[in-house]
Amino acid sequence: MRLLFRTEYSLCVNKMQRSCKAGTGIYDGTVLLTRLEALINWFRKYSIWPLPAGTSCCAIELMASGGARFDLARFGSEIMRFSPRQADVMIVAGTVTYKMAPIIKTLYEQMTEPKWVIAMGACACTGGMFRSYSVLQGVDRIIPVDLYIAGCPPRPEAILQALIQLQQKIQTQPLFRRQIES
Amino acid sequence: MSTLAEKVNLLKSAFPKLIVEHTEFRGQTTLVINSGSDLLKICHFLKHQLGFEMLLDLTAVDNLETSPRWMLVYHLWNIKENCMLRLRISTNEDPPTFPTVSHIWPASNWLEREVYDMFGIRFQGHPDLRRILMWDEYPWHPMRKDFPLAGRSWQGSNGLFTEPAPLEGGPFHILPGHHPSEPRAHPQQ
Repeated sequence: MRLLFRTEYSLCVNKMQRSCKAGTGIYDGTVLLTRLEALINWFRKYSIWPLPAGTSCCAIELMASGGARFDLARFGSEIMRFSPRQADVMIVAGTVTYKMAPIIKTLYEQMTEPKWVIAMGACACTGGMFRSYSVLQGVDRIIPVDLYIAGCPPRPEAILQALIQLQQKIQTQPLFRRQIES
Repeated sequence: MSTLAEKVNLLKSAFPKLIVEHTEFRGQTTLVINSGSDLLKICHFLKHQLGFEMLLDLTAVDNLETSPRWMLVYHLWNIKENCMLRLRISTNEDPPTFPTVSHIWPASNWLEREVYDMFGIRFQGHPDLRRILMWDEYPWHPMRKDFPLAGRSWQGSNGLFTEPAPLEGGPFHILPGHHPSEPRAHPQQ
């Protein structure tokens, strides 16, 4: 078993070489040395299960990116979870009206830590073209958003890129920091 | 079988004083009903004698600063003979009130709820006159001409809130035309 973490690789090798030289450790290719934080974040970033909070037409593109042609599962987002308690990232796909806003907030609060939010499309980011009495002007007014995807609606490739960027974010973030404080 | 014109003549002879105006435009017939007349009798006659069995649409118009202010529009469809009839009735009451037609055309149940939600027009006798698009607590009727398009600031229970969203500063900001018919799109003073 040989797991190599890009950020931790040189550290591992240095430590292994040192321990071998000093004769205090055994290095036969089965030992892994890394920081726990890097390991757990590595686990986390390749198993982000999305909660598809689809509120309008962006949800169609989200379904397309979950389908066979674009296939979110290639990046570890194996299945869409329709229960917030089983999901890691909430993808708010579409217009959020003021009537829907408390429901979106409840969904976010029901998700277990660690949790992330992707605002998908112009409406979820800023309210989009709906400058009116009934539409929330960006989902970041009620919940913290990690990534914004531009587009109306965004292509599935944009969703995949957002997912990969979220993986990078997860890999670099401290383990026990709550999302709300960041 | 009879044509639409014959149906209209039948209606006029049955209710000679109630139909005040009859216009034809591009093959569409519009009848304006005397405000304060017995709308239910006319609707009952239209459905059961003239065969207008389907209510296509029911909506309202807010003619702000003119009298009468409120106008209700019914679109009726005769399925068997393929003809459409439009009815209009106005009122200047405050609050505006009309009788419900939900026992004649059940399709009007939700349409009347929508008109109530958006315009604040009451329907007497409606079985369940609640808001249908906005939530129950919402204090205004947003399709009224004196309600700003950007909305108003409001704080309710359960985390519900609204904030005004004026067109200026928005991501899709364009200059609205200065046509007097849509005063709500102009910048708020």
